[in-house]
Amino acid sequence: MHVSGGGGMANGRGLRANGDPLWLRVLLIGMAMAVTGVLIVIPIVYVFVQAFSDGVGAWWSQLTEDPDTRHSVLLTLSVAPTAVLANTIFGLAAAWTLTRFRFRGRLLLLTLLDLPFAVSPVVAGLCILLIYGSQGWLGPWLKQAGVQVVFAWPGLFLATTFVTLPFVARELIPLMESLGADEELAAVSLGAGPWQLFWRVTLPNIRWGLLFGVIQCHARAMGEFGAVKVVSGGISGQTDTMPLRVEKLFQEYNNPGSYAVASVLTIMALATLTAAWALEHWTNRRPTPSGKEH
Amino acid sequence: MVRRGAGPGNPLPGFGAGLTITVAWLGVLLIIPVLACVAKAGTLGASEFISAVWSVRARAAYGLTFGASAIAAVLDVIFGTLLAWVLVRYRFPGRRLMDAVIDLPLALPTAVAGLVYSGLYVKSGWLGQFLVPLGIEGAYSRLAIVLVLAFLGLPFVVRTIQPVLAGLEPELEEAAASLGAGRLETFRRVLLPSLRPAMVTGGALAFARGLGEYGSVVFVSGNMPLRTEIAPVLIVQKLEEFSVAEATAIAVVLLVASLLALGSISWLESRRQTDAR
Repeated sequence: MHVSGGGGMANGRGLRANGDPLWLRVLLIGMAMAVTGVLIVIPIVYVFVQAFSDGVGAWWSQLTEDPDTRHSVLLTLSVAPTAVLANTIFGLAAAWTLTRFRFRGRLLLLTLLDLPFAVSPVVAGLCILLIYGSQGWLGPWLKQAGVQVVFAWPGLFLATTFVTLPFVARELIPLMESLGADEELAAVSLGAGPWQLFWRVTLPNIRWGLLFGVIQCHARAMGEFGAVKVVSGGISGQTDTMPLRVEKLFQEYNNPGSYAVASVLTIMALATLTAAWALEHWTNRRPTPSGKEH
Repeated sequence: MVRRGAGPGNPLPGFGAGLTITVAWLGVLLIIPVLACVAKAGTLGASEFISAVWSVRARAAYGLTFGASAIAAVLDVIFGTLLAWVLVRYRFPGRRLMDAVIDLPLALPTAVAGLVYSGLYVKSGWLGQFLVPLGIEGAYSRLAIVLVLAFLGLPFVVRTIQPVLAGLEPELEEAAASLGAGRLETFRRVLLPSLRPAMVTGGALAFARGLGEYGSVVFVSGNMPLRTEIAPVLIVQKLEEFSVAEATAIAVVLLVASLLALGSISWLESRRQTDAR
């Protein structure tokens, strides 16, 4: 997803093209600022202006006094981290298996990994409905067992996990491929057990990449809308996550409430960006303890 | 690079456990649900299937989904190339901030993007107050869909072009300039051919992102059948009318289209990497 492009790599070299005439530079920079401003900056400013138009107190009471809104915050705070945890376990297992071993079917698994990037979230939600819904494959069986998946927490979890599945794995696979297995092979030949190997050798080498993947996975998980909407059934105070709450309040013409929830999601997105940005710049400057830079 | 297979030649532990988790997660969370979708569509008769996926309303939805994604992708390629150029080649105040905020569409929940874009472009909105009198309806219209999809796709193009542009050898441009080529000609003859593969890949990524988008579009488009209803919105509509079979049939069409897009992207990527060598 994220390709680190800017930053330090263009040092010095970037100055070369300043041979462009001043008017051209000013024109292009001005156009770039206009594009960024209209598409990205103004929308962000607008969220906060709307959310805080009646003051911080009104904003706070919009968030805390409506029990359905409160519930949506708690729901997002439980669904998103659980999905991230599931995808972190998956990402570590998949990256280890796919980079440290060569086997038949490996390329197939690598390709399947990208499937959630291609599938529309709405289709993802529908797929889950078709398995776990009342008319789905497992529907009658689940009903007998008294387990509610669709229109309940497990469905939200499954939909969110589906959509965010590749994020951690996609971050780790190129990193572990480029690190190579030399250190791990050395550790094993010195008698390290599997857990020792993981905690002492592999994890320290990949921790920043892992954290980066987790941050991006979480940003996507908490913001997921289409997949979650299909499986949630839209029951206020029960299955509405924060993004769904934004829509419901908007449909109820409760703009202050809608923007208040949206502003919290925006703050979380900005925090994600800041963390990712800091991580990139920090790790670029500081070599990891093993001395390997990627 | 580990060359040894999973067999006795490779002393690393964890192959069995790792493979089990990988296959189990992929199978339960991804493969079986997608197969369920295809199987469900398969239970429809051929005539039922065709009438579901090829109704006037569905065709209008596909056309809009593809058209809006394509126009948004073209806009993203133009804007994205400009942004990548400015970020890589020039130093100016606010450059690092600009570089940082370009990733925002990847992190911002799409519902927030939709909410804000619908608010900005209505007649009383910050931008709508200038645009609507000029006849530019940026909310509850097809243009609204293009705008919000262009927002979502922008980082894909910028982040694909940026490293290529930064890695270009300066000698070529200098040679072109010393041979008397103007800036425009150098750009057209020397830079553009080197950037084109990245521009195509970035555009394809933005296009694929647009195909499946639902969350933001549902806020901004107005969702009028035949006019401003995209395919994912139609699927949700059908589900809310309890026409699960019809929804599934349309979903399969969308699924096939996105798989084709994904396939073309990996093909473009592999070609781009061969070219780079």
